[in-house]
Amino acid sequence: MSTTTPVRTAPGETEESNSPGSEEHGRVSGGLFDPAQLVKSLPDAFRKLDPRVMVKSPVMFVVLIGSVVTTLLAVKDPGDWFGWAITVWLWLTVLFANLAEAVAEGRGKAQADTLRKAKTDTVARRLNGGVEESVPGTELRVGDLVVCEAGDIIPGDGDVVEGVASVDESAITGESAPVIRESGGDRSAVTGGTKVLSDRIVVKIMTKPGETFIDRMINLVEGAARQKTPNEIALNILLASLTIVFLLAVVTLQPFAIYAGAEQSMIVLAALVVCLIPTTIGALLSAIGIAGMDRLVQRNVLAMSGRAVEAAGDISTLLLDKTGTITYGNRQAAEFVPVKGTTAAEVADAAQLSSLADETPEGRSIVVLAKEKYGLRERHEGELVGAEWVPFTAQTRMSGVDVDGRKVRKGATGSVVAWVEERGGRVAEDTQKLTEEISQAGGTPLLVALEDDKGARVLGVIHLKDVVKEGMRERFDELRRMGIKTVMITGDNPLTAKAIAEEAGVDDFLAEATPEDKMALIKREQAGGKLVAMTGDGTNDAPALAQADVGVAMNTGTSAAKEAGNMVDLDSNPTKLIEIVEIGKQLLITRGALTTFSIANDVAKYFAIIPAMFAVVYPGLDKLNIMGLASPESAILSAVVFNALVIVALVPLALKGVRYRPMSADSMLRRNLTVYGLGGLIAPFIGIKIIDLLISLIPGIG
Amino acid sequence: MSPVLSGVLQLTALVAALALVYRPLGDYMARVYSSEKHLRVEKWIYRSIGADPDAEMRWPAYLRGVLAFSFVGVLFLYLLQRIQGILPDSVSLGFTAISPDQAFNTAASFVANTNWQSYSGEQAMGHAVQTLGLAVQNFVSAAVGIAVAVALVRGFARSRTGELGNFWADLVRGTVRVLIPISVVGALVLVACGAIQNFAGIHEIGRLTGGTQQVNGGAVASQEVIKELGTNGGGYFNANSSHPFENPNAFTNLFEIFLILVIPFALTRTFGKLVGNVKQGYAILATMGVIWLGFTALMMWTEFAGHGAALEAAGGAMEGKEQRFGVGASAIFGVATTLTSTGAVDSFHSSFTGFGGGITLLGMMLGEIAPGGVGSGLYGMLVMAIIAVFIAGLMVGRTPEYLGKKIGTREIKLAACYILITPTLVLGFTALSMALSGPPESMLNTAANSVDGSGAHGFSEVLYAFTSGANNNGSAFGGLNANTPWYNTTIGLAMLLGRFLPMVFVLALAGSLAEQKPVPETAGTLRTEKPLFAGLLVGAILIITGLTYFPALALGPMAEGLS
Repeated sequence: MSTTTPVRTAPGETEESNSPGSEEHGRVSGGLFDPAQLVKSLPDAFRKLDPRVMVKSPVMFVVLIGSVVTTLLAVKDPGDWFGWAITVWLWLTVLFANLAEAVAEGRGKAQADTLRKAKTDTVARRLNGGVEESVPGTELRVGDLVVCEAGDIIPGDGDVVEGVASVDESAITGESAPVIRESGGDRSAVTGGTKVLSDRIVVKIMTKPGETFIDRMINLVEGAARQKTPNEIALNILLASLTIVFLLAVVTLQPFAIYAGAEQSMIVLAALVVCLIPTTIGALLSAIGIAGMDRLVQRNVLAMSGRAVEAAGDISTLLLDKTGTITYGNRQAAEFVPVKGTTAAEVADAAQLSSLADETPEGRSIVVLAKEKYGLRERHEGELVGAEWVPFTAQTRMSGVDVDGRKVRKGATGSVVAWVEERGGRVAEDTQKLTEEISQAGGTPLLVALEDDKGARVLGVIHLKDVVKEGMRERFDELRRMGIKTVMITGDNPLTAKAIAEEAGVDDFLAEATPEDKMALIKREQAGGKLVAMTGDGTNDAPALAQADVGVAMNTGTSAAKEAGNMVDLDSNPTKLIEIVEIGKQLLITRGALTTFSIANDVAKYFAIIPAMFAVVYPGLDKLNIMGLASPESAILSAVVFNALVIVALVPLALKGVRYRPMSADSMLRRNLTVYGLGGLIAPFIGIKIIDLLISLIPGIG
Repeated sequence: MSPVLSGVLQLTALVAALALVYRPLGDYMARVYSSEKHLRVEKWIYRSIGADPDAEMRWPAYLRGVLAFSFVGVLFLYLLQRIQGILPDSVSLGFTAISPDQAFNTAASFVANTNWQSYSGEQAMGHAVQTLGLAVQNFVSAAVGIAVAVALVRGFARSRTGELGNFWADLVRGTVRVLIPISVVGALVLVACGAIQNFAGIHEIGRLTGGTQQVNGGAVASQEVIKELGTNGGGYFNANSSHPFENPNAFTNLFEIFLILVIPFALTRTFGKLVGNVKQGYAILATMGVIWLGFTALMMWTEFAGHGAALEAAGGAMEGKEQRFGVGASAIFGVATTLTSTGAVDSFHSSFTGFGGGITLLGMMLGEIAPGGVGSGLYGMLVMAIIAVFIAGLMVGRTPEYLGKKIGTREIKLAACYILITPTLVLGFTALSMALSGPPESMLNTAANSVDGSGAHGFSEVLYAFTSGANNNGSAFGGLNANTPWYNTTIGLAMLLGRFLPMVFVLALAGSLAEQKPVPETAGTLRTEKPLFAGLLVGAILIITGLTYFPALALGPMAEGLS
């Protein structure tokens, strides 16, 4: 397990800083939707009319064929306003679908352009048998050694094999603070396109030109490398089969209609087909997928495949590293416990005094606690005249100060007890009991001792503990309600691990974890049919990252780790795993919600179109015209117009994703079924009626 | 007692009786299909057909068993009808050989558990064909249906194997341990109530109004009971369950409805038991029950609320209904027979009100899954559950899963193929029949001679015929002369394809599910045993299957009913 702990942010902060669209906690948002994008993406929407592109979406391909057929018919009979109106709206339906996809892609394009700037052709200084030669970056092969000095752009992805340098990675992460890259260990990976700011390093190239991280990123954000995900393929199959069913229903209708004496025009039949087949979801399906990836990109997470995003929604076990994810990563003073005969204030005073010169995070936290809890003003070293500071050494395992004839020491239990006894002092009998209690609670005890005119004695114990980040317990409760089990991974001993696990509210923990333990845990969970997500950054995490269903590699990690995972977090924030799961779920929910909406819409369209087609021969069927639509033509046209407009209306929803809050599957289903199922049933009745009212206002129609 | 009250009371008694046997019968069937022991008579059968009942089969092998067995059944039944003319009079009653197209139609019909009859039993089929041919198929075609359903259930229940059990064992057990014992008891009840059971010849009797009438004897009660129990529907007599020898009185009428519904409903319990969660079975039961009760209520309402003085005087739409049963019992029977794959009738669906006819049509169009044919109802409903889970399951934020199995590309492909078959057959053949010049002439109610001057009723006749055939119902709307080469052949094809193509996809689906490893249930899992899901399933069935046929229904029963 790696010891590097990159910049940490609390979960709440991350959301706000990374997602401008987030309104409240718990809601995964997808950035703002700008209507101007619709206009900007229009040329792309036209370009996508190419039948070779359209055929990938069977539903919209049928609409395209319908549009062509009605166009031909309208040209044949140019005086028929109805034919032209249907034709125009069928084309608009196709165009709106393409527009949705183009808008979704457009958001990634901007990001890709920024990345391309970083990918200017570089000249590499290749080492050839110890001799430096200049070659174009594109000619580098795996295994080549290149030299980079201050000011150089690193020509390709690789590992530092010699030296240490500070590198500006803002081209990729957007983070302007430079990072340190050094040979060996978990901070050896460098990315092509980033800039060395100081010193000299030798980099061993690990990827072929054209397949570098930056190339892959460009492909990903542009959607060029986008492949349909398994669930998307399955949904497409279902939509295709529904399309066939409804095509069949309409094609066979003509002989029935002829028999009934109400032969229908091809234009009306085309309109009916387009209204019945699931165009809403067919039009928005790929936009939903692209937008899902994009929501991750906005959070600085790169998913190497859409499959991983989908899998994120299915995750049932989350492996979380304790350090940095669950706790802040440093032990902090939590309490001053006096031994018998002293007061907490005395302990605080002595503890603060002994820690003034201690610049370690633990030392600082003691001073802070003394100030916050006991109102002890921080004294500065200069204030204490004649003070003699005793620094911590590995031998003494104590630090402290000698001032005004007082000697204050704090340190490991054994050392302090020995120091007191050495001076003939007294160790209170409850000392051992107190330290053991703290150890059992997962904390670390530090003894505070004082020697003054009353002799040497132990004053009390400082309780140091791992501090769990705020809000983690609530977060884990949410996850539990979503059916996700959290497992804390730590190198601590089982006792400490258990205490922290209980405090943080995780379901399980793995103490003294080795990479092999982690791997075994993942395999065990997967054998039970569970999908596992984890984060990692070290080379020894690589096998586990590859084994996990969702493996998020930290960008600060080694290239082996980045290669093994199926996502890379550019912010290197392990807490983000939780957000990734939520984004995955939101993607699936959006897909399901719009499919349900789309299918539920059909009911109203039948009630609009069937009476319009057949009330002439069977006047009784006019009773089905419960919306009271003005005329057969306006009824059919209204249904087609509604069908087209609903696509545009739902583009923002498809791009942002439907509202998602962590809750149980049951309440989530109830809510979404009400909104998108029932809503999908009712909305078109209202929508078609309103459009009909408007259409019937046009002279010569109503 | 008012006819409405009587109808409601009969329905209540029926529900009570079904509820009483639901658990014992369902549990018994679960034991039958999971037991390791073989009865002596079963061992004897296995030896004689050379089958190893303990050999596990993967789906292709299981399917081969289904298809081979059914093919032999069609062949045997076809030949038996073709040689009827050379059989001794004592077993042929002097009837001649059946024509090739009708023999094919009848063979396909009985093997496909449809029992569409383009012949009149008392005027065409002797004892040999009725008893050795038709009655035997009534048993085994039902057993095949249950076997396929059990194979699908095993697909859900098993994991990391492709094995679905043994077709021959399932077939034999279904027949020997389930269908035959209930039939024996049922036949005794029917005989006690007045149904006939003999091998007598044709009696010529004088009529009250003068002239003579021929009356056949036959092993009627034994065939009647399996006709209902196996959701077959093929009557011994042309008049089917409205014939007093088949269905003597109001009690037998209710008893026959009970027989129709008992296995399809109880199979949901068997399903719950076999997948290890009876609540899942209850959810499926609830879905079926809601649709069945809803349809029955609608049917009673439309049949009792007939307009016009004549109907009011009769207490409802009595045309085409038996005085012995009345409107209520006929409505219950009509819905039960079309929501299962039975197709037996105790009244003439063509004479129902326009809406009433539409309800029988829609019942079949839903795919006969509420509760559906023996076996076929359960697997049809499970396929719909897969579709519903796929669409709505996404809304809980996980890729869809049902009973711990992921519904992925392969599963949805098979389920989608399944739901495509019947609409294609029904609408395709109906459209062809309407488009060609010859077939529409078979209608009784064409635009020219119908009461309201529209052809809506005649169209319903043709639509009904293919809906009934492709869904393996077998009931006839009446009015259509279907004994023509065109209808005999096309309906025959519709019955065979409508029966066996879905089985191909169901078994492939079962195989695919059985290979998966199970996904553990968590709080994030869609709860498919909850009422919410049952409601969702009802909605999905009505919208997806219902909407497919909306235009066709609009031009038939709706045009008639709304006029």
